Amino acid sequence: MVREITCISCPLGCPLRVELDEAGAVLSVTGNTCKRGEDYGRKEVTAPTRTVTSTIKVEGAGVPVTSVRTERDIPKEKIFTCMEEIRQAVVKAPVAIGDVVIENVAGTGVNVRATKAAQ
Amino acid sequence: MKHDIVIIGGGPAGLAAAIAARQSGVEDVPILEREKELGGILNQCIHNGFGLHTFKEELTGPEYAARYIEKAQELGIPYKLSTTVVDLQRQGDSVVVTSVSKEDGLMQTEAKAAVLCMGCRERPRGALNIPGTRPAGIFSAGTAQRLVNMEGYLPGRKAVILGSGDIGLIMARRMTLEGAQVQCVAELMPYSGGLKRNIVQCLDDYGIPLKLSHTVVDIEGKERVTAVTIAQVDEKLKPIPGTEERFECDTLLLSVGLIPENELSKAVGVELSPVTSGPLVNEQLETNIPGVFACGNVLHVHDLVDYVSEEAQQAGRSAAQFVQKAQAGPFGEIPLKTGGAVRYTVPASLSPQRMGEEAVVRFRVGRNMRKATVRVLLDGKEAYKRPRPVMAPGEMEQVLIKKAWFSGEEKEITVEATDGQEGK
Repeated sequence: MVREITCISCPLGCPLRVELDEAGAVLSVTGNTCKRGEDYGRKEVTAPTRTVTSTIKVEGAGVPVTSVRTERDIPKEKIFTCMEEIRQAVVKAPVAIGDVVIENVAGTGVNVRATKAAQ
Repeated sequence: MKHDIVIIGGGPAGLAAAIAARQSGVEDVPILEREKELGGILNQCIHNGFGLHTFKEELTGPEYAARYIEKAQELGIPYKLSTTVVDLQRQGDSVVVTSVSKEDGLMQTEAKAAVLCMGCRERPRGALNIPGTRPAGIFSAGTAQRLVNMEGYLPGRKAVILGSGDIGLIMARRMTLEGAQVQCVAELMPYSGGLKRNIVQCLDDYGIPLKLSHTVVDIEGKERVTAVTIAQVDEKLKPIPGTEERFECDTLLLSVGLIPENELSKAVGVELSPVTSGPLVNEQLETNIPGVFACGNVLHVHDLVDYVSEEAQQAGRSAAQFVQKAQAGPFGEIPLKTGGAVRYTVPASLSPQRMGEEAVVRFRVGRNMRKATVRVLLDGKEAYKRPRPVMAPGEMEQVLIKKAWFSGEEKEITVEATDGQEGK
């Protein structure tokens, strides 16, 4: 199988072709112009991850919501489960930057933290 | 009472300018901010990717803002919130700032210098001449961003986005994550003005199609948008009959460009560039009005906040020097000209006697380029040359101009980007 993706390691945006075998192991990466492109291609087709940023409801603050992020990348396929948990959650003011608002989101072992204070 | 430097706007540019001015030894640098909190547009930019250059980590907008707000508070820089500056005048050796706020009503502030940090505005629908009716459900992407990220409202359930600027791309993802269906992003030009990384992570990740060379040709709906029709355009950007595609939707987001907000600059008599719509400045980032400096998106629209902060520090330092009367002129100003695909440079002129060891010159090119060469010419003679594998209109570039290059005789500096495709 061949996956065609765009490298985002730099503004060049090389079009990568990643060849995979039946078991999903990477056979080759072509189209890249540097080593970073190859690494990106391998990771992106085998274990893609993303940081999720969103907002969370706050009670008792002057604002209805405050912004949050996963403290590091989570597996890409967990994004919507993560979003669902963030949507259901309500936190009580005051909230400080860096406060953990959801622990172990979507079973990823990653916490969701506030990125903005709310009083 | 006369202040030293008044900073107009408390976003990333205003904060960095105030901090730099204070660190350069000028105490009295009040910030006037229209919103009820400092931080400007960063407060609604909740996505990550800010600060890679400045802090070597990927912060979200509010986190990036918080670092500067904390620093400003630590230094005890005074600021007034919910205060809108409505007029700016130069009177004698003072800048007179007229502002309104609930607390103070109409107020006049006098200062020795001012730094313009008002940012930019989104290009509105009216400026686009889209045919169709005028129903509710048409938002600029930044307005939608504010509604979702700060007010907690989702502006629609099914959306089409016109324009592939970064805010449009970011909002395509944001609306999708919040449960809306984004049907496509239509872009008039044959290339996107957004960063590659945003196209991949905001559109490709969610299977949202990017339709290049497409525009909106019809909007339906009486009370609320019910459908949007897009069509392909030819090389002259005219819709091609027969290529129409209709999308049922309740929302149309517009991400069609940003314009520096220069009403105050015009009021004080600042000369503007027809290319950037921002002030023409020298390497001190001073406008043609003595003591009036400009930085950030009011000067020219940036794609990275890190460069806004860097530029604003320069403006803050320059304003401090002006107040301290550290520099004695007159200085010979040399104009900066553009060559090849370069559309503009900031600054637009510089003085070898006045500049520091080096001066940052930021610029943009007008088209996508491969295997390009950036050169700096002094009176046509090459002083600097650097290969650039790829250049794009969406990515701001910079060159450092060195004092050591000048003999004192030069009349003209040219910043040029070429790839052999000129005039083709």
